Amino acid sequence: MKVAMNVNGVARSGDIEPRVLLVDFLRTNLRQTGTHVGCDTTSCGACTVLLDGEPVKSCTLLAVQVQGRDIMTVEGLAQGATLSPIQAGFHEEHGLQCGFCTPGMMLVGTALLERNPDPSEEEIRWAISGNICRCTGYMNIVKSIQHAARARAEAQATPPAHAGAAVGGE
Amino acid sequence: MFPAAFDYRSPASLEEALGLLTEHGDSAKVMAGGQSLIPLLKLRFAQPGLVIDIGRLPGLSGVTRNGSLTIGALTRHVDIERSKDLGGAWTIFPEAAHWIADPLVRNQGTIGGSICHADPAGDWGSVMLALEADLVVRSAQGERVIHASDFFQGPFTTTLRSDEILTEIRVGAPSKRAGGAYNKLERKVGDFATVAVAVQVELDGDKVSRAGIGLTSVGSKNIKAVAAEKALAGREPTDAVIAEAARLAAGAAEPKADVRGSAEFKKDVVRVFVQRGLKTALARAREARA
Repeated sequence: MKVAMNVNGVARSGDIEPRVLLVDFLRTNLRQTGTHVGCDTTSCGACTVLLDGEPVKSCTLLAVQVQGRDIMTVEGLAQGATLSPIQAGFHEEHGLQCGFCTPGMMLVGTALLERNPDPSEEEIRWAISGNICRCTGYMNIVKSIQHAARARAEAQATPPAHAGAAVGGE
Repeated sequence: MFPAAFDYRSPASLEEALGLLTEHGDSAKVMAGGQSLIPLLKLRFAQPGLVIDIGRLPGLSGVTRNGSLTIGALTRHVDIERSKDLGGAWTIFPEAAHWIADPLVRNQGTIGGSICHADPAGDWGSVMLALEADLVVRSAQGERVIHASDFFQGPFTTTLRSDEILTEIRVGAPSKRAGGAYNKLERKVGDFATVAVAVQVELDGDKVSRAGIGLTSVGSKNIKAVAAEKALAGREPTDAVIAEAARLAAGAAEPKADVRGSAEFKKDVVRVFVQRGLKTALARAREARA
């Protein structure tokens, strides 16, 4: 059946079986492979995407369920060569090791800061509690989200300061 | 993993959904948020011919507090967790919601879907039993109300007929000062409960006028600890009365030993959680100005 949705601001559509999972639609049909398949059992959060701005597990959604809705994947975070505050935070604070959980962690962090721009450490840890880092790099993931929160606050205090760092811009 | 093939419909109205259910009966499965059904489809424990996606039906979501309480079946766990209308006598709702699965699942899963899934490890079933909630269901023939204690029959089995859809949860206004608590032990976020206990009490002066206790993950369905409730009703909740109720509730639990612990351990967690939950719920009821 026909399905259409907005992925990272771009209208996308496909003709698929109803049983196709959202993560498979993104990866196989749209060739957007930044959304990972980890456990495939709703446990790990590697497949996290934002559905109308809120993080959900795309291995546990049918693509047809999100007909007409807005999806954001990790590919939608950067604006051209400019990293989003969360991406810059993960870069600055070494928020990743193997990188497999990173898309999900960054999307959860992005949604958290939209809802709660100044989260406590406990609030950050609770927000990422549905996402597993097999490298156990949680300390730096928390620091990365805190870094992004500070960057966002500074950007708002002194507009038009840039919110993120340029790719490769050391 | 991907599910076996099925047909999919996303009806625009409840009437259309009920018509599809009447037509397809047992071969159709209703899906709300899909957070229980999709894992079952992927594991192929469920292979329905038709999935009826009611997730976007209008008018079945939201919390209405008007003396009594009404919660639409499509209300997501996260909306209950963050609801401004569910403090005071209804604190048990956000407290239980906070423990369901993980934050991402709570963004998509619904209270009605969870109740109808009737997993013995489900949290809402125990809350429904403790609150003596009414479950309002609709079919093409009309509406009927199923009392929570008549709803849960066994693992993943309820008295909901195959042509019915749960539309809302109703809880009567507490007659006196009321408070509740939900305590849950889990190995990690997202794991099934080792044990969880829902407690709701109403006070009349110094005495308990009504107590409701629901047990999660310690039997083939959510268990209403009736003997423990009776041991509290009409009594002043002294430490001895609370301890006796906790002992009776542990006696009502029928846990099985598994990787999460022995049966003896789980029964003792029930005892401790009933005691702890009652003390919290009583403190909240004493603060309440209902």
